[in-house]
Amino acid sequence: MASDKEFKWIGTRPPRPDGVDKVTGRAKFGADLYVPGMLIGKVLRSPHPHAVIKSIDTAKAEALPGVKAVLTRADFEDRESELVPAGEMMVNYRDIVRNVMAREKALYEGHAVAAVAAISNAIAKKALRLIEVDYEPLPHVIDAVAAMQPGAPILHEDLITDGVDPVPTEPSNVAKRVEFALGDVEAGFAAADVVIEREFDTQPVHQAYIEPHACVASVAEDGQAELWVTTQGHYVVRAHCARLLGMDISKIRVTASEIGGGFGGKTVVYLEPVALGLSRKAGRPVKMVMTRDEVFRASGPTSGAHMKIKIGATKDGKITAGEAELIYQAGAFPGSPVQPGAMCAFAPYDLENVKAVGWDVVTNRSKVAAYRAPGAPISEYAVECVIDELAKRLGIDPIDLRLTNAAKEGTRAAYGPKFGPIGLVESLEQAKAHPHYQAALGPNQGRGVASGFWFNIGGETCASLIVNEDGTTVLTVGTPDIGGSRASLCMMAAEELGIDVDQVRPIIADTASLGYTFLTGGSRTTFSSGMAAIDAARDVVQQLCERAAKIWEIPADAVEWEDGYARPAGANAGNFEPMSLAEIAAMAGKTGGPIVGHAQINAQGAGPSFGTHLVDVEVDRETGRVTVLRYTVLQDAGKAIHPSYVEGQFQGGAVQGIGWALNEEYIYGADGKLENAGFLDYRIPVASDVPMIDTVIVEVPNPRHPYGVRGIGETPIIPPMAAIANAIENALGIRFSELPMSPPKVLKAIGEMAAAAE
Amino acid sequence: MAKNHVTTTINGDAVEFLCEPEDTLLDVLRDELHLTGSKEGCSSGDCGACSVLLDGRLVCACLVLGVELTGHEVETIEAMAHGEVLHPLQSKFIEHAALQCGVCTPGILVAAKALLDKNPDPSETEVRYWLAGNLCRCTGYDKIVRAVLDAAADMRGS
Amino acid sequence: MNDMRYEAPDTVDGAVALLAGASGEARLLAGGTDLLVQLRAEMIAPALVVDLKRIPELQSIAAEDGGFRVGAAVSGAELGEHPGVKALWPGVVEATELIGSTQIQGRASLGGNLCNASPAADSVPAMIAAGAIARVAGSGGTREVAVEEIATGPGQTSLAKDEIVVSILLPARPPGSSDAYLRFIPRTEMDIAVVGAGVSLTLDAGGVCSAARVSLGAVAARALLVPEAAEALIGSKLDAAALARLDAAASAACRPIDDKRGTKEYRIQVAGVLARRAALIAAERAGRN
Repeated sequence: MASDKEFKWIGTRPPRPDGVDKVTGRAKFGADLYVPGMLIGKVLRSPHPHAVIKSIDTAKAEALPGVKAVLTRADFEDRESELVPAGEMMVNYRDIVRNVMAREKALYEGHAVAAVAAISNAIAKKALRLIEVDYEPLPHVIDAVAAMQPGAPILHEDLITDGVDPVPTEPSNVAKRVEFALGDVEAGFAAADVVIEREFDTQPVHQAYIEPHACVASVAEDGQAELWVTTQGHYVVRAHCARLLGMDISKIRVTASEIGGGFGGKTVVYLEPVALGLSRKAGRPVKMVMTRDEVFRASGPTSGAHMKIKIGATKDGKITAGEAELIYQAGAFPGSPVQPGAMCAFAPYDLENVKAVGWDVVTNRSKVAAYRAPGAPISEYAVECVIDELAKRLGIDPIDLRLTNAAKEGTRAAYGPKFGPIGLVESLEQAKAHPHYQAALGPNQGRGVASGFWFNIGGETCASLIVNEDGTTVLTVGTPDIGGSRASLCMMAAEELGIDVDQVRPIIADTASLGYTFLTGGSRTTFSSGMAAIDAARDVVQQLCERAAKIWEIPADAVEWEDGYARPAGANAGNFEPMSLAEIAAMAGKTGGPIVGHAQINAQGAGPSFGTHLVDVEVDRETGRVTVLRYTVLQDAGKAIHPSYVEGQFQGGAVQGIGWALNEEYIYGADGKLENAGFLDYRIPVASDVPMIDTVIVEVPNPRHPYGVRGIGETPIIPPMAAIANAIENALGIRFSELPMSPPKVLKAIGEMAAAAE
Repeated sequence: MAKNHVTTTINGDAVEFLCEPEDTLLDVLRDELHLTGSKEGCSSGDCGACSVLLDGRLVCACLVLGVELTGHEVETIEAMAHGEVLHPLQSKFIEHAALQCGVCTPGILVAAKALLDKNPDPSETEVRYWLAGNLCRCTGYDKIVRAVLDAAADMRGS
Repeated sequence: MNDMRYEAPDTVDGAVALLAGASGEARLLAGGTDLLVQLRAEMIAPALVVDLKRIPELQSIAAEDGGFRVGAAVSGAELGEHPGVKALWPGVVEATELIGSTQIQGRASLGGNLCNASPAADSVPAMIAAGAIARVAGSGGTREVAVEEIATGPGQTSLAKDEIVVSILLPARPPGSSDAYLRFIPRTEMDIAVVGAGVSLTLDAGGVCSAARVSLGAVAARALLVPEAAEALIGSKLDAAALARLDAAASAACRPIDDKRGTKEYRIQVAGVLARRAALIAAERAGRN
C-alpha cells in the first residue's frame, strides 16, 4: 500500500503555489476582469413571491441612450425536461432555463424577469426601472409542510409526484418521494426496550461565500464565445450555457477565474447564460456581478426541513431500528437534496432495520443549491440528536453507544453499498481518548458529541503534465481550486516524478485546453484530479524511461525511475550514469519529441469520510447566549496529502456548522419576502465568535487511491449542529429540536423550564 | 451631470480620477484605477473585504466616497509588499495556510497590519475582536489568528 | 443617473447656508457608515450631500469646564484613543466603540450615530445616561439640546432642515462617579443591538448611590431615559433588592417590537438583565474614582 512507504512530499506542508498572488491581491477573481468596450449587465427581479407574468414591455429601456441590449424570456428557447448531474445534485434543463429567466410565472421574490446591458452601472439601473412588467400576483406558500396540504397554492401545474403509487392525477407541490430501506423496522421497534421519537425543524441557510457571482461574457459576430466566470465547474457552466443558448459546445470557451468561495453554491448557472445572451445581442463584452442582496435573494441556499426521527434500542445499547421521514423544501423548482439526506441519515450505524423516506417539496423561495454535503447535515443533525437522547436514556456514554453500533468495513449502508475500509471507529476511539473529552467543565457548561458521514464522489477528470525543455513541468488540471488543492496536486505529481514540488507549476485549464473535467465538488478534487495527476505523472515517467533507454540503447523495460532519475534496472542492464529529468528533457527533441503525460479518467472508488466532533459550550442563563468554548474535529482523511489544507477544511466546515447551529437562518415575512438579505442580519460567525478549532487527522487509507486519499471537504459541516445541541442539553437539561438555537429561543426555553419546575 | 475631478494620493503615488459623487472609494479603486486587490463582498460595510487604510486609519473603502479623497492618503493591499519582499504578515499567512479561497485575504491582511501597527503584542482575543469586521467563510479563522500572532512575534523580534 | 451634488464646506455657517439654500433633499455626511449604506440600497436619493469633515469644530476634542466637548464628526477610533474622555466617561467611549467593526470605528461618529436616529444606536443610551448636551447650529443661531431630545422616532430628529449638530458636551462629573454601557447581540460583534443599556451613577463616600441616570436603547421608537430605573438605585448600595427594582423598572419601560433581531418578550426580559449588569460595572468603576 502506497501509504506505507516513506514519502518525499506527501504529508508535508510546502507553501501553496498561488499563495503570493493571493496575499498580494494580484489573483484575479470573477469581478476582477476589465475588458475594453465592456458593458455592465443588470437583472430585473420579481418583487412578488408568486405571480403570473402577463407581459413585459422593454421599449422604454431599449430607447434609453447607453443601453445596448435587453433580454427577456423571449430570448431563451424553452427546454424539454432533462435531468443532468451538477455536483452531487441533479438539475433539470426545463427548470434551469426558467430559473435563469422567468417564463410563465415569477416563482419567488428575486426571480430574474429581464436583463439589460448598458455602458455604465448607473444607466443599467435606470434602464431596469423603465421596464414595465405586468404581474398578476398569486397566493404564495413558503413553508414545505403547508405546501403539501390540499388547497395550497400550486407552483407548477404539471408537477405530478414522482415515486408514489398510485401515480397522482392532480398536480401538487410534492415533486418526489424517495425511500431507502433495509430489513423490517416494525419488527426492529418491537424488539426494542427503548424507542425515542422526535420531530425537528431547520431553516434554509446560505453558503454565504464572500465573493458574489460574477462573470464577463463576450460573443463575437460568428458566435464564438468567451466566458470568464467564478465557478466550481467551468465545464458544467459551458454545458448549461451551450444548451440554453443553442450553441455548439466547442463555440464557448470558459475560463475559471479564482473563486472566492463556493461550498456547492457555484455549481449552477445564474448570470452566465444571461451575460452571454446580452453580449450576443449587443455585440460587445458584458460583465455581470451580483450584489450581496441578489446573492441572498436569488441564489440558492440549502433546504429547510421538517423531520421525524425514530430510533429503538435494547437496554445494552444495540440499535434495533432507525426510521426517518424527511420533508425538504426545494424552493421554486424540484430538486432539494432530500435523496442524499435520506441516504446519509443513519450511515454511521450498522443497522439491520432502517428506513428513510424523503419528500421533495417546492415552495415560493429561491431554488436551493448544493451546500457542502447537500442534504446530509440536515438529516444527520436530527439523527445524532436522537442518538444522544438515547444514550442519556440508557445511561450509556454517547461515544460508547456509537461504538457499539458503528459502521465498519463490510457494513451495508441503508442506501445499498457495503463499506470498504472506513475510519468511524478510529475517530470515535480517538475522540474518547482525547484530552478534550476528559477536561473539566464549569457551571452552565456542557459537552456534546456527534458523528458524521459523507460518501464523496469521483467522476470524469483529465490532467496533462508537460515536461519543459529545462526539466521543469506544468501540471494542467480542470478542477478549479476552491481551497488550496493546487498545492496537493503538485505534491502528488512531484512525488511520482521525484522532483522538487516547486518544479511543478499548476494551471487550471480553460475548457478548450483540456478534456472534460467535472466540477470541484463532492470532495473529489484531491481524490480525482490527484488520481489523474498521478496517472499523468506515471505516463511521463514511462516516457522518460523510454527516452533514457533510447539514449543508452537498452530495452525500455531495463530502465527504472527512482527519486527523479532514470537508472538501469539492475546490474545486467548496463553501467550508465543515472539521468535526471532535466537531462532527459534537454534531449527530448532528439529522442522523439516533446514529453507530455496525460490522463483522462472516470475516477471510481471515492472513499467515504467519517468524522466525530467534540464541543464544549457555556450558556448565559439570563440572556440565552451560547458561547462555544472548545471544539475538536476528528475525521478520517485516508491519507492527508497536505495536512494544513486538510485541517483547514475541518476548521472551516466546523465553523459553518457553528453558524448553522446558533444563528444562521433565512427569515421571511408573511409577504413571502426575504428580510435578511445581507451580512448584517444573515449572521455568519465572525472571528470573535469562535475559539481555535483543534483537529485530529485520522488516516484509514482508501485502497482505491494510489496514496490512500479520501475526500474530506464536506463531512466537517455535518456533526456541529447536533454536537452543539447535545452540548446545550448537557449544560441546561433542555433538548432543542429546532435550528438555529438562537438566544431568544434558548432564553424562552429556560424560562419555560423554570416555570414548569415551580 | 459632469463628473467630479479628484486629486489624491494612493499607495504613495499622486493620482487623479473622475467619478460621480455617489461612487465609493472601492468603485474608484477597482473600476477607475484597476487596483482590484480590494474586493467587493457586500458594499454595506459588513464584510471587510474592501478594507484599506485612509490616512493610516482602517476603514471600509465601500463606505468612503471617491469625492472625499482630496487631501487624503489611501493605502491598499497592493502597497503591502515592497518589491519582491513580502510583509511578514503575508509570509506568515502562506506559511500557516491562513487562506483557502483567498478572497477575504487582502482585507484581513490590511486589517491585521493596522492592528500590529497600533498594538505590536496583541492577545488572541484582541486579534479576534479587531478582525471581527473581516468575514471569512472558508477557514474558520483558526489559522488566520495563528498567522497574525506569529507575524506579531516575528516583528517584535521574539 | 442620480444628480447628486457633493459639497465640503469648511465653516459651520457655510454648511448651514448650504442646507438652508437646498431645493431638494439634503443629507449630512460625517463618517458615512449609515449614509453610504442607505445610498447604495437606494433607500435615499438626496440632491445634495454636505460633508462636515472639513469643519474644525466638528473634528476636535477639547476640555471644557471639567468635561469634554467632542466634535460631532470625530471618529469612534479617535474618541477611543483620547485618554481624558476614556477616563471621565468610559461608558460613552465603550458604547461608541461597539458600533460596527474596527473599520466602521475608523469613520463612525457620535453626531452621525445620534442623528441617524436608529432606535438601536449604540452610543445614544450612553450619551443620554451621561446627560450629554448637543450644540446645534442653524440659520436662527446656536442652541443647546439634551441628547435625549434629538431623536424623535426611527430615522427622525427634532432638528430643522438647516440645523447641524456641531458638537456634544460630555459634562464634568463629581468624584465617585462613572458610567457603563452594555448591549445584547446574538454574535459577539457586528450586530445591531437587540437591547442596549447605559447607566451613569455617583456613589457617595459610604458607597450609597446619590445620583443616577439609566437609558435603554433598541426597546422603543427611540432611546429612552428611564427615571424610574434611576430611582430604584438612588439611596441604595446596589444591593440585590435595589437591582431587582432596577431590573423591573427597566423592563417596564420597554415598548419594543418583534423583528428579525429579537422578540418583544426577549427585549423586555434582557433590558432588565443588562441594566442590572451595567449598573454593577458603573458602580465598580465609580468606587475606584
